[in-house]
Amino acid sequence: MHILDFNKLSLRDINKTLQESDKNSFFSIRNPKGSHALAVGINKKITVKVVGSVGYYCAGMNKFSDIKVEGSAGPGLGENMMSGNIHVTGDVSQYAGASGHGGSILVEGNASSRCGISMKGVDIIVKGNVGHMSAFMAQKGNLVIFGNAGHALGDSIYEANIYVAGEVASLGADCIEKKMTKKHLSKLENILSNANVSDYNLDTFRRFGSARSLYNFNVDNAKIY
Amino acid sequence: MCGIVGLFAKQENISANLGVHLSKMLESMSDRGPDSAGLAIFGKPIAKRAKIMVQSQSPEDDFQKLKKFLSTKKEISFSFETHSTHAVIKLDVKQKDKVASLINDTFPNLRILSVGKKMEIYKEVGRPAEVVKRFEIAKMKGSHGIGHTRMATESAVTTLGAHPFSTGEDQCLVHNGSLSNHNSLRRELMRKEMTFETENDSEVAASFITYRMNSGKTLKEALESALVELDGFYTFVVGTENGFGVLRDPIACKPAVLAETPDYVAFGSEYRALTSLPKIEKAKVWEPEPATVYFWGH
Repeated sequence: MHILDFNKLSLRDINKTLQESDKNSFFSIRNPKGSHALAVGINKKITVKVVGSVGYYCAGMNKFSDIKVEGSAGPGLGENMMSGNIHVTGDVSQYAGASGHGGSILVEGNASSRCGISMKGVDIIVKGNVGHMSAFMAQKGNLVIFGNAGHALGDSIYEANIYVAGEVASLGADCIEKKMTKKHLSKLENILSNANVSDYNLDTFRRFGSARSLYNFNVDNAKIY
Repeated sequence: MCGIVGLFAKQENISANLGVHLSKMLESMSDRGPDSAGLAIFGKPIAKRAKIMVQSQSPEDDFQKLKKFLSTKKEISFSFETHSTHAVIKLDVKQKDKVASLINDTFPNLRILSVGKKMEIYKEVGRPAEVVKRFEIAKMKGSHGIGHTRMATESAVTTLGAHPFSTGEDQCLVHNGSLSNHNSLRRELMRKEMTFETENDSEVAASFITYRMNSGKTLKEALESALVELDGFYTFVVGTENGFGVLRDPIACKPAVLAETPDYVAFGSEYRALTSLPKIEKAKVWEPEPATVYFWGH
């Protein structure tokens, strides 16, 4: 294990070391003190453990690597990630996992507003609550919420799935509750077991997705022209 | 983008070093607001005494004249402290309004930043590190304080465009965001005889809250009516005689982090602003909810 300490190294040095490291290396990052853009743009399978809270854009564009934050993360965690796993033991701020293409994000605390906005295939699991406008224009992937969801959940959603165990404050435009089929239950079980989450009761989850009514032009609007 | 910080002391160990903590917090937010910075510090009140904070662009000349002028008024007993471009005039609480209007009428070049028993406002153009050094903020003590680093969007980079804006006696506001209906709201408030020093949108928010509170509303009610009347993006921190309040707009794009320990409550635009505080790793840290009024008071 290599220790990278913010008290001795600059953010640029730390990110460079991570990006240029050998495959399967293991790093422990100390004293991040809310630094922005930590562990971004990694594109090989390495393991990074961050001891402490991080600022904006942690683990952005992640590919293959496993990144664990023992603390909380600021806005834009794992933005546009492609693959790999991100695990945050605390809370995360706005737009976690925004436009993520693949991989998984596990948040043990709460996520703030716009969690999974425009997600394109990433799986996001939040053990606490999510804020308003979560999964806005979500295209693909799964957002699993153990707690409650804020207002306008899944507004203008495409083909992503949302699973919620708690209460939903309100649904956004074109987002509806859908039947939880056996197929979806086993999908959900898969997502959770892939993320090593074990303490759950599948029966408590409800499923939400697109009514697909915004997909095509509504001919009734033609008279406007 | 702007940076906001706030610190509310629950214990003596924090209030004795309030200026040190606030200086570090403010400097950490330099990236968010490099063009000007300001702080409001709430110190111990002195019985029957009040403070008037005055600012001047040419302090050496202006403050000399002001001091001389006040000395000629036999009925006014006052003390005069100069801090760079600012001066604190301490005087009998009964004379504060009279003296404030005398200064306004006699010295058009001077600006009164605040009037109150506890609050002192220091704000100036320049990087936060320069501003805290200029006013020797680190030496100051107090029960609580709020600060702001500015990246100007709505109006010019001037001392008066810097935050905090006084919103009444021992009350002030700092703002991160931008208001879209500030011109119409300013006109409305001017019709209600509120006065403005700048074209700044945050000054309108401050004036709006003052107006509501002057009309008998509590701070909580005034902030709740801001949710209805103000259009735009905002995270506000409002300093009062007893503590500070926090409000974010319903969209809540502008960041905010709160931390609480047995010794203090702290606010920062980012977690970075809080990392210099004692025992922050053991603090309860959370993000304030949108459209929700928070307040801590002594």
